[in-house]
Amino acid sequence: MEDLGRLIRTHPFFADLAPRHLELVVGCAANRRLAAGQMLFQEGAPADHFFLLREGRVALELNVPQRGPFVFETIDDDEVLGWSWLLPPYRWHFDARAVSNLRYFAFDAKCLRGKMEADHELGYVLMRHFLPVIVDRLQATRIRMLDLFGAARGAQAGHV
Amino acid sequence: MIETRAPLTADSHMAQSEALHLPANRLDDLFVALRAEGYTVVGPTAREGAIVYDELESAAELPRGWTDRQSPGHYRLERSGDDAYFAYVLGPQAWKKFLFPPRHRLWSAKIADGRFEVVAETAAAPRYAFLGVRACELKAIETQDRVFLRDPAPDSVYAARRAAALVIVVQCTRAAPTCFCTSMDAGPRAESGFDLALTEVLDGAAHYFVVASGSARGASVVEALALRAASAAECTAATAAEAQAVAQIERHLDTRGLKAKLQSQPEHPNWAAIAERCLGCANCTLVCPTCFCNTIEDTTDLTGEHAERWRRMDSCFTFDFSYLHGGSVRQSTAARYRHWLTHKLAGWWDQFGSSGCVGCGRCISWCPVGIDITEEARKF
Amino acid sequence: MSEAARACAPSLLPEAWTIRSRRDDTADTFTLVLERGGGAPFSFAPGQFNMLYAPGVGEMAISISGDPAEHTSLTHTIRAVGAGTRALLRREPGMQLGLRGPFGSGWPMALAADRHVVLVAGGIGLAPLRPAILALAAAAEARAAAGLCTAIYCGARSPADLLYGAELETWARLPGFTVRVTVDHAGADWQGAVGLVTGLMKALPGDPARTLAMSCGPEVMMRVVAARLVALGLDEASVYLSAERNMKCAVGSCGHCQYGPLFVCRDGPVLPYPRLAPLLRVREI
Repeated sequence: MEDLGRLIRTHPFFADLAPRHLELVVGCAANRRLAAGQMLFQEGAPADHFFLLREGRVALELNVPQRGPFVFETIDDDEVLGWSWLLPPYRWHFDARAVSNLRYFAFDAKCLRGKMEADHELGYVLMRHFLPVIVDRLQATRIRMLDLFGAARGAQAGHV
Repeated sequence: MIETRAPLTADSHMAQSEALHLPANRLDDLFVALRAEGYTVVGPTAREGAIVYDELESAAELPRGWTDRQSPGHYRLERSGDDAYFAYVLGPQAWKKFLFPPRHRLWSAKIADGRFEVVAETAAAPRYAFLGVRACELKAIETQDRVFLRDPAPDSVYAARRAAALVIVVQCTRAAPTCFCTSMDAGPRAESGFDLALTEVLDGAAHYFVVASGSARGASVVEALALRAASAAECTAATAAEAQAVAQIERHLDTRGLKAKLQSQPEHPNWAAIAERCLGCANCTLVCPTCFCNTIEDTTDLTGEHAERWRRMDSCFTFDFSYLHGGSVRQSTAARYRHWLTHKLAGWWDQFGSSGCVGCGRCISWCPVGIDITEEARKF
Repeated sequence: MSEAARACAPSLLPEAWTIRSRRDDTADTFTLVLERGGGAPFSFAPGQFNMLYAPGVGEMAISISGDPAEHTSLTHTIRAVGAGTRALLRREPGMQLGLRGPFGSGWPMALAADRHVVLVAGGIGLAPLRPAILALAAAAEARAAAGLCTAIYCGARSPADLLYGAELETWARLPGFTVRVTVDHAGADWQGAVGLVTGLMKALPGDPARTLAMSCGPEVMMRVVAARLVALGLDEASVYLSAERNMKCAVGSCGHCQYGPLFVCRDGPVLPYPRLAPLLRVREI
């Protein structure tokens, strides 16, 4: 448990967490591995965890009929993955597949949700940690929606 | 490189020793002298209800006895009630069409077997004598010089015509209500930069021009006319006539801080307000003597064996002017008007070190809805 | 004919260049290598562009994407988006096209010589950055010895739209170079990153005071990239972008390429961010 605590504290996502909050979070944590090609979670399944990647890449994808899996984002080392655990119905909205061998921390959602209800300050601190990530990814997604590299628009200086 | 005009005098008033007297009934002699030196005379003539510039054969084609009545969105010719040759103030056309022809071919090419060979145009530049250049127009020509003659690629078409052109100013003795040259330090009197300057005087039965040379080329033309010196009284009369123009200026453009106001307020509500009225008709750019925007057009014949590149005058008001794959950058009328006015009164300073406006007022008269830039500028 | 008799300025006369080779890069992008009749050397600065003339069709501004140390041939990577560029696409090796140039301002290579350099490219925007990358690559050993980093971030629509794939891998192996690539979306067979190019930019490669950034791509992309670079601690004045506007004469006398008071053909296309920032904020300017 102490080793886990030390590892989690050095992860960029939780680097500034106060010791007593870190202890609460670590109490719900586990150290995991996953082989490349394996699914980390699937669309519709209960979102019982969130993950901090230590090493490896995860592809977030949606299966589109006739088109196959559509990868819309990848999550890399040192990044956080999963916020469906924060809001009902606590179900995953897409699939996540390990692109490479993964080493990661998994945090039990029910465990943490219980602690956040009991300790609102912990709840606030965790929300403050997740919000910037969510906003950043939403904004980046909006820009990609513009399809700036698409057929009707150019991208090079002076191009006709 | 254009030929430097060596001024004969730095004085701003008609110095008696340099001024000559040309009787009005000898104006044709000036035409003869100009043609003898190989010039094609271009000057004002009344046609289709306006004063336009065209090649003139004799003084008889000048708009004698005609003057103009101008106001926002309004231009009419009417009788001046006297015999003056140059009683009008300004017509819709500028001299720019003779220095940068509205359409001209740059080169043609033969295309065959995937290869091509370009043949540049080699026509010699016409040698024009511009008769009747107003002070604001001279300033406009000098403003366009800074566009077309600048490094690293001075324009050959413009440069050749400009170097060959003889500029004969006719000093203003009247101002239209739309004139605001005094605000732009562009008139009503031309002090230098001309080859010859004429001031028309009608004094009772006397009708004459006081003539000043501004360069060696101008002096050489006038020498052939063997004119006598103008008397002190005649010079005084000329000065008084020119003073009339100054007194009649009623419009002003407040240029104080204007560049910063326009460039720092691209979202000012007045742009949208102007756009409610602006038709995007491009008249302002057509009549403005400094507007220089032009476009390059590549054409080919049906066989594809003969190609040409032409250049023609263009306007930033056209919808496609700012086209970039996917669409035009400036689609709304507000954006296009904002671009034109900001360029004219502000951007020009950044680009060429002077204002783009010379206060000729044509854009005010010739705007179909009478948008007055002197009034609009105040709203920023 | 003599210069004096010419009514058309030399800068408006295209010279005939011959297509030495053509390579299809992606579905809508191709690269032409051109050589000059007579073999006279041609010099350009990274970031400059030429006006290419498809005989009988028209002329367009295309950034030079070749090696600035190479003086006997010119390389242009072109995206076929309109009649003119599609006409160029139909030209075969041995055929000629017209060329005027080089025009415009280049990337700040002199400043880059003793700085860490971050290059951020979007789509075809990698083409005008390629000459700068090649120049930095040529100095890779010396730069690495001086402790200078070179970071290349590339975004494209999909894996099939990535340009210069093999070269990116070569550059990634140079000392002091990092190359990160991302696409907007991909299929399951793509092992690389998927996301906006700013997602690759977690930190500057070195001391911000000794770093310089160059970026080229769609305007929206350049806006967010510049914002990210500044958020990471880079001084605005150390960020250089490549602007684009309608080009006709390319010598600053036709007015078409005006961007606010700037002539993109003369003051640009490469411009420091502080000069562009007030214009980037304004719609329809």
